Amino acid sequence: MAINSNIHIETKNLNVSYHEHHVLKNVNIKIPTNQITAIIGPSGCGKTTLLKSFNRLLEIADEVKISGEVLVDGKNILECKGYEIPDIRKKMGLLSQKPYPLPMSIYENVAYGLKIHNNVSEDKLDETIEHCLKEAGLWDEVKKRLDDPATRLSVGQQQRLCLARAIAVKPEVLLCDEPTSALDPTAAQQIEKLLLKLKQEYTVVLVTHTLRQAKRLADYVVFIYFGEIVEQGPAKEVFKNPKDPRTKAYMEGDIS
Amino acid sequence: MIISVCIVLGSLIIIFGIVTFNGASYISIEMVTQTPNPNDALRGGILNSIIGSMLLALPATGLAFLIGLGIALYLQKDFTPSWFSGFIRFTLDVLWGIPSIVYGIFCFTIMLYFGLGGSILAGIFALTLLEIPIITRYIDEAIKMVPKGLKEGAYSLGSTKFETSMKVIRKQAFPGILSGILLGLGRGIGDTASILFTTKATNRIPTSLLDSTDTLPTTIYHSYQLPTGQPKAYAAAFILLVIVLCISILSRILSKKFTKHVIK
Repeated sequence: MAINSNIHIETKNLNVSYHEHHVLKNVNIKIPTNQITAIIGPSGCGKTTLLKSFNRLLEIADEVKISGEVLVDGKNILECKGYEIPDIRKKMGLLSQKPYPLPMSIYENVAYGLKIHNNVSEDKLDETIEHCLKEAGLWDEVKKRLDDPATRLSVGQQQRLCLARAIAVKPEVLLCDEPTSALDPTAAQQIEKLLLKLKQEYTVVLVTHTLRQAKRLADYVVFIYFGEIVEQGPAKEVFKNPKDPRTKAYMEGDIS
Repeated sequence: MIISVCIVLGSLIIIFGIVTFNGASYISIEMVTQTPNPNDALRGGILNSIIGSMLLALPATGLAFLIGLGIALYLQKDFTPSWFSGFIRFTLDVLWGIPSIVYGIFCFTIMLYFGLGGSILAGIFALTLLEIPIITRYIDEAIKMVPKGLKEGAYSLGSTKFETSMKVIRKQAFPGILSGILLGLGRGIGDTASILFTTKATNRIPTSLLDSTDTLPTTIYHSYQLPTGQPKAYAAAFILLVIVLCISILSRILSKKFTKHVIK
């Protein structure tokens, strides 16, 4: 299990349960900096739960129990106090399965994060928003209708808008929870291209249940099955020579 | 389907028809521009009642909204565990079901305790209590309908619970909140029983919070009891219906206007 670059996120004996349901069992993983790490596995095996434990979004749900450690840049974020949570989350941009733009205009969607963190002075706001929309490959399509409600965009455009607003707050990590599953193939391809470009600046964690997508994008792979980490390692190794029979079975489509 | 339309639309038309027909002899411009004739309460207008109704219902709705918004935000999962919020929701539903006359005597008792007579203040107090459960439950439902993914999106940008509530959830839930406010207003402006006890009838336009006042519902009630007061009662009912109808139409228009940003 060799990782050639720095570790950005690491979990140690992470256990998560909702009510009485034990979702993640003793999860120990390492996520390298500035690479795309794909978390793969069948539906309902805890991929999203694992992803949301990285920015403490799990705690929005009722009766969730979390134990163990989640280290981001070496610091255990589970020990952080309530008032520190927004800062942890700010470091992690989120792309969800279905894009949820904020109920405001396209412009305001990107400006929201900038305004709440006072990141940018008023006169630089327009410039920054343009930059973020360009990064997300959306600028040319929306530059003439920035004041339109975000709901008027297509789903694919909404997903890129969510990417733009995430980038605006200068995160270190992009957490992507099956970001292309609601999109048509063209829009999905655009997102994939963007992720490949963005990994130079951000650590990308991609939850996906399409193996082909993981093969196209991932540098590093974590295979999770019923809440347990079965295998993890550089993508090429895992895909070529899976060590665990369960990984092999999953790759060959015997389990899904 | 036709039967249900007939029942719903038919009742509205019949009510409007009867009220207009019976009040026709009294309905005039003077009715909404003058106070009652001091020598003969059945002559002159009912301006004092219209103003009285507004003076009670508008502040009561405002107060109930502020209190209701606070409660409704607090009831959300992000702030309160569900067993407790469930208990508060149940309490609100019980309060909603309490007949308004009970609120009336309750407020009357409190007034007596403080040595106050019938006044606008007491009326506002009674109506606020009456409207709180309605408005709170409406706001609560509107906020509950906000998709989880939207909240997660806002949180993951690093916004605090408060910022998310005030800037994102409020915007998304706004059409629902507005319906709640206007429904509360409609209920408050039309409620009679709670006001019968708490405001004392008078022909004057009130000038202070401790003045007594007439309202449209109490005018209907008192006029109808007079031998020749029925046209006045119906005319007041007509004005009340028009106001309630305007509130409903306004709520529709505003809801539509604010839904353009709402994420589905």
